Amino acid sequence: MIPFLAPLRKAARLTGPSPSQPVWARGREGRLAAVFISPSIIGLVVFTVFPVGMSLVIGLYQWPAFGATSFVGLDNYTELLGDPVFRRVILNTFLFVVLYVPISIMLSLGLAVWISPRIRGRQLFRVLFFLPVITPMVANAIVWRLIYQPDGLIDSSLQSLFGVNAPNFLGDENWAMAAVVAMSVWQGFGYNMLVFSAALDAVPRSLTEAALLDGAGPWQRFFHVTLPLVSPAVFFGSTMTLITSFQVFTQVFLLTSGGPGISTETVVLYIYNEGFSGLRFGLASAAAWVLFVVILCATALQFAGQRRWVHYDA
Amino acid sequence: MRDATTDHAAHRSRIIHSVVSHVLLILVAAGFMVPFGYMVATSLKPADEVFTTPPRLLGSQIRWQNYSDALSFLPFERFILNGFLVAFCGTALVVVASSLSAYAFARLRWRGRNSVFLGFLMTLMIPQEVLVVPMYILMRWLGWVDSYQALIFPWAFTAFGTFLLRQFFLTIPRELEEAAWIDGAGVIRSFLLIMLPLARPALAVLAVFTFISYWNSFLWPLIVIDNVEARGTVPVGLNLFFGQQGSRWNLVMAASVMSMAPTALLVLLLQKHLVRGISTAGLAGR
Repeated sequence: MIPFLAPLRKAARLTGPSPSQPVWARGREGRLAAVFISPSIIGLVVFTVFPVGMSLVIGLYQWPAFGATSFVGLDNYTELLGDPVFRRVILNTFLFVVLYVPISIMLSLGLAVWISPRIRGRQLFRVLFFLPVITPMVANAIVWRLIYQPDGLIDSSLQSLFGVNAPNFLGDENWAMAAVVAMSVWQGFGYNMLVFSAALDAVPRSLTEAALLDGAGPWQRFFHVTLPLVSPAVFFGSTMTLITSFQVFTQVFLLTSGGPGISTETVVLYIYNEGFSGLRFGLASAAAWVLFVVILCATALQFAGQRRWVHYDA
Repeated sequence: MRDATTDHAAHRSRIIHSVVSHVLLILVAAGFMVPFGYMVATSLKPADEVFTTPPRLLGSQIRWQNYSDALSFLPFERFILNGFLVAFCGTALVVVASSLSAYAFARLRWRGRNSVFLGFLMTLMIPQEVLVVPMYILMRWLGWVDSYQALIFPWAFTAFGTFLLRQFFLTIPRELEEAAWIDGAGVIRSFLLIMLPLARPALAVLAVFTFISYWNSFLWPLIVIDNVEARGTVPVGLNLFFGQQGSRWNLVMAASVMSMAPTALLVLLLQKHLVRGISTAGLAGR
């Protein structure tokens, strides 16, 4: 027997656990599991767990992109909270979330109901509405910039139809955020529409038909039968949308760069500006943690509220 | 007699209702597609006809040349190749790493499995923004700033793929594998020859969405790539182009059309699988 083959033979044996495997064999299965799982574990530790911890540390330092770092405790956080710009940025982000999430959810739910199995070519409609979700956000945003621009599509249409000029959507403080929200809704709702559409398809027809026989009108049927049945999907969709909407960046970066002034600057734009234009890594990390905590709180609230309207047991 | 007429009326009103519903939906969908139409129309106009009142669908000529002009300003074919390289490598990594770990979570028994899985799920809550600053510093330490590795590796180990595939693996009956084990096939062979082929639909969905999210990713390449003309992907390339030639809208739109084409085609071709994938997994994102 050639000695170095022994480990190989052992390895070969441990690759064959049977369902009625005895307890003593589990160690071998454990070693195999370690091999299977190590790429993911190593990757997650190096590129997620370690950076998260590091980010918390960086946030406690004055950490310029170049030059020496120094420990400053919570100074970055107090600076942020005292900074009127950051407070405005937080407000802007909340404004975006409060406008974007309900509009997007209602629109996607409404269209998902509309594009019922009775609609011919529903697959095509679903794919059309989904298209901007997967086309590059940069390209989507640039097109909308041309649409919003003075003499762009909206302005020139209004001029030729009614002889009036459209507001300068992206240059006017009163319009810029609304313009960003409208573009974002157009871009994003197709995703939730697909999720809701699948949930609606799973609603048993017998239930809505029973309600119909009981004399329930279409609205009653929707709000008292269908909506409770799809509420888990709506909960999932609105939670994911809530989380991602706090992280809005690309469309703002390209449409307004946070302007006019700072009227559309969001937290992630602020992080980008402070970190990679201002090269203040400490402050940027602290701002990122503030955002993280805000997202966690919003998600927790969403989960706390779900008991009232989400029905899992139907 | 009365019954017949009311039936008839009900039938007619249902048909009218359906026709109205279809027509309205087509109008809504057409309105929704206006930005894309405007983009394509503008990309084919001569430069001095981009802004007209009233807006026109077609210019005085169809200028396909805008596309080759756009390509001559910046190496767009380079961005597209970079994009494919990065998205392809990233997707391969994600699929391999996630399917391995998903198998360990779904089928193998080992101590601490559930706590490790919980740990995986917790990493899903961390927003990318928290990671970018330390990730950039990490890239500096590794000497990876302005490199393809920096675009590929940091986001290739998400718990999301593991979670998705684990859920799918759990739906595959154990008996199929047990039969193989009895035949003497080992865990590795049954993973490769039974599980992976059976999980093809889930693997395809994961691969397509990973590809798309690599392709479209903007914030990270914007941060980590200095020499965009050499190592830029499509979104940062488009951003650079927009910064330099922003007033030449017909060329910018031609570039936008080119940047959208690959993912749009992918989704149109694979629509059935993707729609099913989203309905079952509720994925995409990032």
